[in-house]
Amino acid sequence: MGNAAIALAALKAGVNVACGYPGTPSSEIIETLSARNPGGVYVEWSDNEKVALELAAGASFSGARSIVTMKLVGLNVAADALMSLPYLGVTGGLVLVVADDPGPISSQTEQDTRQFAAFAKVPCLDPATPEEAYQMTLAAFELSERHGTPVLVRPTTRICHSSIALDPAFDYQPHPVAGFERGSRWVVFPRRAYQGHLEILERLPQVMSEFAASPFNAILNRPATGGAAAPAATPVGIAAGGISWAYLLDALALQDAEQQAALPELRLLKVGTPFPFPDQLAADFLTGLGEVLVFEELEPWIENELTRVAGACHLPAIIQGKLTGHTTLAGENTVTAIRDQLLGFFSSSQPAAASTPAAATSAQPTVNLPARPPILCAGCPHRASYYAIKRAMRGKPGVYCADIGCYTLGNAMPLDMVDTCVCMGAGFTVPQGMARVQPDKVHFGLMGDSTFFASGLTGAANAVYNQTRVILCVLDNRITAMTGAQPHPGTGIRMSSDATPADAANALDAAAILRAMGVRQVQEVNPFELQATIEAIREAVRFVSEGEPQGPSAIVFKAPCITVSKPQPAPEVDQGKCTRCKLCIKAIGCPAIVVHKGDVVIDQQQCYGCHLCEQICPQNAIGVPS
Amino acid sequence: MSTPNSTAAITASATATTATTASAASAQALDIVVAGVGGQGTVLASKLLAQAALQQGLPVRTAETIGMAQRGGSVLGHVRIGESIASPLVPLSAADLIIGFEPGETVRSLPYLRPGGNVVTAIKVVEPVTATLSEQPYDGSAELAYLRELATSGSISQLIEVDGEAATAYLGSSKVLNVVLLGAASAILPAGLISLAALEQAIETLVKPQFIELNKRALAYSPSHGKLA
Repeated sequence: MGNAAIALAALKAGVNVACGYPGTPSSEIIETLSARNPGGVYVEWSDNEKVALELAAGASFSGARSIVTMKLVGLNVAADALMSLPYLGVTGGLVLVVADDPGPISSQTEQDTRQFAAFAKVPCLDPATPEEAYQMTLAAFELSERHGTPVLVRPTTRICHSSIALDPAFDYQPHPVAGFERGSRWVVFPRRAYQGHLEILERLPQVMSEFAASPFNAILNRPATGGAAAPAATPVGIAAGGISWAYLLDALALQDAEQQAALPELRLLKVGTPFPFPDQLAADFLTGLGEVLVFEELEPWIENELTRVAGACHLPAIIQGKLTGHTTLAGENTVTAIRDQLLGFFSSSQPAAASTPAAATSAQPTVNLPARPPILCAGCPHRASYYAIKRAMRGKPGVYCADIGCYTLGNAMPLDMVDTCVCMGAGFTVPQGMARVQPDKVHFGLMGDSTFFASGLTGAANAVYNQTRVILCVLDNRITAMTGAQPHPGTGIRMSSDATPADAANALDAAAILRAMGVRQVQEVNPFELQATIEAIREAVRFVSEGEPQGPSAIVFKAPCITVSKPQPAPEVDQGKCTRCKLCIKAIGCPAIVVHKGDVVIDQQQCYGCHLCEQICPQNAIGVPS
Repeated sequence: MSTPNSTAAITASATATTATTASAASAQALDIVVAGVGGQGTVLASKLLAQAALQQGLPVRTAETIGMAQRGGSVLGHVRIGESIASPLVPLSAADLIIGFEPGETVRSLPYLRPGGNVVTAIKVVEPVTATLSEQPYDGSAELAYLRELATSGSISQLIEVDGEAATAYLGSSKVLNVVLLGAASAILPAGLISLAALEQAIETLVKPQFIELNKRALAYSPSHGKLA
């Protein structure tokens, strides 16, 4: 897996400290570093991305090599640290891996970290394959130390989660740590910031000229194919970066095999170092070209940079891509789309040559397939929590502001219990704004346990400080579930090699924290005990609705995710009692309750034995056979 | 202008030769799409296929669906075997084989199948909650009929339907549908690329020790029990 390749490169580089916050598609980097830790690496899941980057900065200031990992939106959280770090510089190599997610497949934005790199003035490497992710991570440590700057490596989902065979043999040799040396350079006073700005402006052109000769960039010439076309006077330029470069190579191979059209001579530019942009190489590429087509995902970064270079060098090449509507605007690129866009591009100049690719006879299914969106698992405690809130609020106007995690899936029918989801932490804060302008409604903030520790604490403090009438719900399933079951402060379990079974005793307690913050009503419930949970929610609703304001109420819904608990005996439906009212299906939408030949049955393979359905059936028809 | 020595410049990407080499027609290439529902074990199936090809000395690229869709959504695994392949996703109309874990997901992945490609599919449906709610239960019969129609017309060369329920009942575990399907697929996979022996070896490499025997039995099960349509 590309993420494992990045982890192995960090080990080969003698990394001393590795940290990050889980986020698809980046999570397996830290997990691999932990699994492959030869013993000398300090590995942790940090409380959030900002914490991780600052911790790595401290290690780097002390001369250690460090790697920090996060997903695209995690960098928004860490942005404060990232903006300052290039001003101070680093001592030990600091490599920041930020995984972008074109599509998006598992993210709330399609932001482009290449642009973030330019904004923060941090060099950025953009791998086209998992092999290159390995090589770039190794190179990034060297680059970071050579120029005293953090370096970004920006893989995308199809790099992170694609696999190749890679077996680099090496012995882990920890990078020697010289220790922190005091000095005014580490204190970012305005005067230091001014000096640091000058240092950045001196550093970046040096990196840029190194990048012009980098093995991660290339110009390739490809002769005309197809024969029939008259040789063009000038070759056509095609530029690409990241996974789009790999797609481009495969699209050209596909075209060679299919011979859909005659292609003129092409000059290909691979951009593996998007910032600082390799201007000299780009100028060489553009010289003598009439037209250029650019393939990239997310923002038109290469397209804009080539246009800038063409302008600065008075080169006449016309740069085309996203901005001119020639390539995919949003979402992922694919081999097929790039092949089709290439053919479309050339068909305008060679109208007779291009044709529609032969459609596979089986390409268009004529049956109506059932939609299959992601849903809460059978046995998921979030289903029970949402259902209890829904029952307690029956007939009352409520707004349900959720957050980023598995519980966002509570928006699906039939639960339909997520009204807003913005970003990590907003589950507790958005309802505070609503409560101020529509006090006649009851406002719920819904947030998972990992998110609570990562981004929820300040929002909770704000509700107490301002005595806001909201119900803060921590959906505590004892794990960071969506990203693949990582531990967090609420579990106490650590990733480092000195972790012990006794760590669980150090677990942070969400209810105790909320009480200590001054939340006057804090209740802990097991959501699978339906009646008691409904009662607790009604208590909370009374607390925030009646009398003088007393600030927020908080409920911790505590029951483990199925990934960290054992299945219990599955119930069955007594077909003699069942009236086929299907209330169990319509109320909770559990995937383990299915209709088979008219009967409602529990799928024994999927059921996890949570027993929520048993508490709903009006006929008491569901139960574990004795 | 000056152009850098392209051969030297591009060694880092390990894809230098691809720009001028056709891969799709190569006899040593095989594109497989694994389609299913999150939680069905598609990731392990892709890994076993890739490991088996690696053991036969072939370069492999794979891509998995990881993240939100794994929670009961449609998931696709891509396995690309052969030299000169640069990217991990099987192009549309290019898959030599689709291994479907569920009839609807098999049909959903058909745009990836090349004309005349092969399909192995489980016949038992995984009913989505939306279908259960809709009063129009989905039983997979329309999907299977459609697949058979394509097999009759030749759009699908070989269609292998696997009664996964019978297989897993016989084997005593519902967790091995993925390997039962691989066993069925091994009957039509080119042995030079992925042999049954290599798949068995892959199980030994990748599966937890306590489950190796069960998975080997699952692999051996299907060739004799899978029904050739």
